[in-house]
Amino acid sequence: MFNSRIFSIIRKEFLQIFRDPRTLAMIIIMPIMQLFLLGYAATTDVKNISMTVWDQSKTIQSRNLLDAFRAADYFVIEHSVGSLEEYQALIESGDTRVVLVIPPDYDRRLIEGNAQVLMVLDGSDATVGATALSTARLVGQAYSTKIMNEQTSLAGRAAPSAPVEVRTQVWYNPDLNSAYFNIPGVIGMILSFITSILTATTIVRERERGTIEQLIVTPIRSWELIAGKLLPYVILGFIETFEILLIGHWWFGVPIRGSGGLIILTSGLFLMSSLGIGLLASTLANTQQEAMMTVMMFNLPMIFLSGFFFPIAAMPKFLQIVSYAIPLRYYLTIIRSLLIKGVGLAAIQSEVIALIIFGVVIMGAASLRFRKRLD
Amino acid sequence: MIEPVIVVENLTRRFGDFVAVDHINFEVQAGEVVGYLGPNGSGKTTTIRMLLGLLKPSDGKATVLGYDVFKQSEEIRARVGYMSQKFAIYDDLTTLENLTFYGGVYGINDKARIQRTLELVGLKGHENTLTKDMSTGWRQRLSLGIALVHEPKLLFLDEPTSGVDPTARRAFWDLIYELAEGGVTILVTTHYMDEAEYCERVGVMRDGKLLALDTPTNLKKSIIIGDVWEVYTHPLERGVEILSAMPGVERVGLSGDHLRVISSQVKQDAMQSLLSRAGLRVEKIEKGEPTLEDVFLTLAR
Repeated sequence: MFNSRIFSIIRKEFLQIFRDPRTLAMIIIMPIMQLFLLGYAATTDVKNISMTVWDQSKTIQSRNLLDAFRAADYFVIEHSVGSLEEYQALIESGDTRVVLVIPPDYDRRLIEGNAQVLMVLDGSDATVGATALSTARLVGQAYSTKIMNEQTSLAGRAAPSAPVEVRTQVWYNPDLNSAYFNIPGVIGMILSFITSILTATTIVRERERGTIEQLIVTPIRSWELIAGKLLPYVILGFIETFEILLIGHWWFGVPIRGSGGLIILTSGLFLMSSLGIGLLASTLANTQQEAMMTVMMFNLPMIFLSGFFFPIAAMPKFLQIVSYAIPLRYYLTIIRSLLIKGVGLAAIQSEVIALIIFGVVIMGAASLRFRKRLD
Repeated sequence: MIEPVIVVENLTRRFGDFVAVDHINFEVQAGEVVGYLGPNGSGKTTTIRMLLGLLKPSDGKATVLGYDVFKQSEEIRARVGYMSQKFAIYDDLTTLENLTFYGGVYGINDKARIQRTLELVGLKGHENTLTKDMSTGWRQRLSLGIALVHEPKLLFLDEPTSGVDPTARRAFWDLIYELAEGGVTILVTTHYMDEAEYCERVGVMRDGKLLALDTPTNLKKSIIIGDVWEVYTHPLERGVEILSAMPGVERVGLSGDHLRVISSQVKQDAMQSLLSRAGLRVEKIEKGEPTLEDVFLTLAR
């Protein structure tokens, strides 16, 4: 299938890419930028929540409770206040997220067995709020169990074990490090964004300059023109995939447990869909700006519905159904499973089949629209 | 008899309600240089695009080199060269890279042939210049080189000289004649009257209709009925008013410092006395040669 006509287009395309610093920067630097942004800033691991304490008890018992919160690693006690107005001001200014109020009779009621403390949470950031809430509950529960055990042993009885204990095992990502989840996603995002934008603009640029008309009057066939225009971006897509994998692995410690061959194969399948979207956008747009907008129109909803930022399981039923029409959804499942779980083809075969279908349909539709004619 | 290179019968193209090309008919013989004269938007480009299979005809048919323009456009494309209005050059590539690329697309990887084309269009020595740094005249030559890289026997040139300075235009026409001598048939569109004079035959197009197609000499003879007079009078504007109202005058037009009057009946003396009676100064009235501009303006009425 390789002939001199396709080769001429590919060579010309690379000449142009290497002569345009902006495109080159987009290809090489964009993935690194996104990788570091998402690897660091988009982390959902909540740690070091700022905590304010209003300790009205000021006893050994209340200080022990505070130590228990400190030990949990999630909270940093940054402020100590003496009134409702003071902590209200701290929450309003955003200086603190969590306030722990220990009542004056804490030590007395602790002995009676019905001590209460108040936890005030800033719920405006749902992620931080939820983490603080569940951690605070866990710390409280663990601490009361500990006190109960101490009291019973003081009374000379054997400490009873808890009636039910849930022991947890986290597989694949024991620290629940969100980079493990995000970085494979960046591969999917780069492959869908950069490649589709570049293909759409490179084809539309030929239309703007009038060179497409000159190409159409040569004996080159439509499929040769399409292949010649797309293959350079397939190669660049793979280079970017390796770039992200290497940085993800060496810098962020993301494991690569699955087979390299499968990663390449499935990435290639996914590239078919995103290049097809670029090609389709190029047939709908007349200027490079229009092409960019069209690609964005396809890509933005896809990113949000693919499960990249928000879990699909948490979406309303209707959007869950829509997400089945999004190739990135399947690719994200595949690449996460391949990298983190190290699964084989059998575990991802339905996703692979979905990618093949999408690739063929999108590419086919785009190629049919892309005819060697002007009207 | 040798088959004509281009045969066009009732060729029509509509864009919605607008008729861009309206039932035109013509033939071009091998080795001819045929000009296609008309203002912008008269349907010249649309005609060429249909002949190359870039646009589908709404009606009528045409063959190029014996092939149907729509059903067998790939056969045609392999054998003809096309130079479009927008010079189809990659700005970020050099002269040689542009030619090598288009050559490759035609399946020509022979470096000697690329060099020959480079030489033919006079760009030898500028192989490694980025085309965005070149003058319009050079870009025009490169664009012609791209159309010639596969050595076609038929060449479509769509407004090849628009935006090019007069010296470069003259040089370009010399090149066209060189090609024609080598047996290449050329169909060239232009809106420059003087360029149309260089063509063996000229078609005059307006509002999608082909008004006439003949040699410049025959066009002048058959379209201009009567004589052309060059009237030097003052003031010119008053002269136009008076002569236009004169019975038997076909057309009066301004031409620099004098008027061009086309008439079959009115004689020199009659014009002289009419203008003098109206109080105009008449310097001289001379018999002039009809030009293609006269033909065009007469047809366009």
